[in-house]
Amino acid sequence: MAKARIKVPEVVKRGAVFEVRLLIRHPMETGFRYNNVGQKIPKNIVHTVRCVYNGAEVFHAELFPGIAANPYFSFFTTAEASGELECVWTDDTGVTMSERVALTVSE
Amino acid sequence: MPPYLTRRQFFSLAGSLPFVRPLTGRARANTQARAVVVGGGFGGATCAKYLRLADPSLEVTLVTPQPQFITCPFSNAALVGLRSLASLTYTYQRLREGYGVQIAHAQAQEIDPTTRRLTLSDDTTLTYDKLVLSPGVELRWDAIEGYDAEASTVFPHAWQAGSQTLLLRRQLEAVQDGGLVVVSAPETPYRCPPGPYERASLIAHYLRTHKPRSKVLLLDAKDSFTKDGLFLAAWERLYPGLLEWVPGAQGGRVTQVDTRTGIVHTEFDEYKPAVANIIAPQRAAAIARAGGLDAGTGWCPVYGGTFESRIHPNIHIIGDAAIASPMPKSAFSANTQAKVCAAAIVALLRGEPVAPPALMNTCYSLVAPDYGISISAVYAVENDTIQVVPGSSGTSPLDAPGTTRTLEAAYARSWYANITADTFG
Repeated sequence: MAKARIKVPEVVKRGAVFEVRLLIRHPMETGFRYNNVGQKIPKNIVHTVRCVYNGAEVFHAELFPGIAANPYFSFFTTAEASGELECVWTDDTGVTMSERVALTVSE
Repeated sequence: MPPYLTRRQFFSLAGSLPFVRPLTGRARANTQARAVVVGGGFGGATCAKYLRLADPSLEVTLVTPQPQFITCPFSNAALVGLRSLASLTYTYQRLREGYGVQIAHAQAQEIDPTTRRLTLSDDTTLTYDKLVLSPGVELRWDAIEGYDAEASTVFPHAWQAGSQTLLLRRQLEAVQDGGLVVVSAPETPYRCPPGPYERASLIAHYLRTHKPRSKVLLLDAKDSFTKDGLFLAAWERLYPGLLEWVPGAQGGRVTQVDTRTGIVHTEFDEYKPAVANIIAPQRAAAIARAGGLDAGTGWCPVYGGTFESRIHPNIHIIGDAAIASPMPKSAFSANTQAKVCAAAIVALLRGEPVAPPALMNTCYSLVAPDYGISISAVYAVENDTIQVVPGSSGTSPLDAPGTTRTLEAAYARSWYANITADTFG
């Protein structure tokens, strides 16, 4: 199963504002929970999320333990040119992942 | 075949254990008391009957608005034409004539727990020594934006069997080959935990048979569900590409519907299906929430041993409306709770100790007409709390041969014949 889903409109008009939805699959362990033998479950959350549209950063977020599992983001940006939107995120284990989606901009 | 009980062991435990004392022990004391039972489903009908069996001097009135009852069990089969709705319909004739239960066809409207009076929609008032509430669930019209009683005439829930079942059936029959059918499943707790998954399975079976280019999309608020391993394996084998499950973590929760445009919104996507079956979140029916019986939570807290309300004395709540977790909200649970409750009521009226109950449940699900799977457990009560007896619970094996699935489908039909005979016969 994909680690994240990105949703953008199929076609956006140049200059139009459009919505980007990003859903990351992640347990977002707060570090405050215990497992069934009484040991603390180590903190492991996605702490940074970046989205880059044709090389330029359009969204940046820093997350903290208050964010629930499978964090869901929605933001708006302006369509400039056809190309690619890439979202990149890093968690406390140091793992960085990314997901891309193609974007078509019409005149 | 451990960890299962055999059918015989089950019936001996579930049916008779609480009654062993009153029936075989001392001579029966006549209580001459009055019991009123609200709700004519598996919980209410069973309880009324077993109250009369346990103490024939007891005056028992069953309050139910409908002259007949259409069962939710096997209504998924009726939905796709495997059964008729008539074959799922029962009357209260046997309860009245065979067991002396008085039937009041009215809606229970108001309870006065202090004077022990129940007011009905026809303005009659019944006084009771013990009141049993088994009214089932009602759909919550405030849970999904745009989904209310009116919207359910376009996007049926079909979670109360009857006209809603027929509406959804007509809609499925009208789907063109290649059409999209959406089934939504709510967050727990809700009536019949495996129900949405059985329904999606049988709709997929119907579409594969008649409209093979169509698709079922199961939009779920949850990331896991009862028997999910068994369902997912069966779907992969029987309905590849035809049935897709979208868990909550993938944005499967339905947040909004628009019956005018025909669009179903989840947290992540929008769909415009040919048929949308919205199984909305639920709560205990209104009468079980009257007078704060649900403590504001939507479901009614009870003492596990007697099913008496934790809020008001002399009111017992069984079936889907009660918080009997870890027991699921099922017909089987309601039926077994009804017997425990009836035995407890008779013991309480006689001033006798209440025997510790044995509760149990099995949920059969059909993934295809001849492909059955099940989950079962036995429950005991400790400190008024219901608990699974360790080692008693289990599901059908994941790697069983096809013959096991065929047999379990037969067991499911046999279970249905038995429980309806026990409840209404």
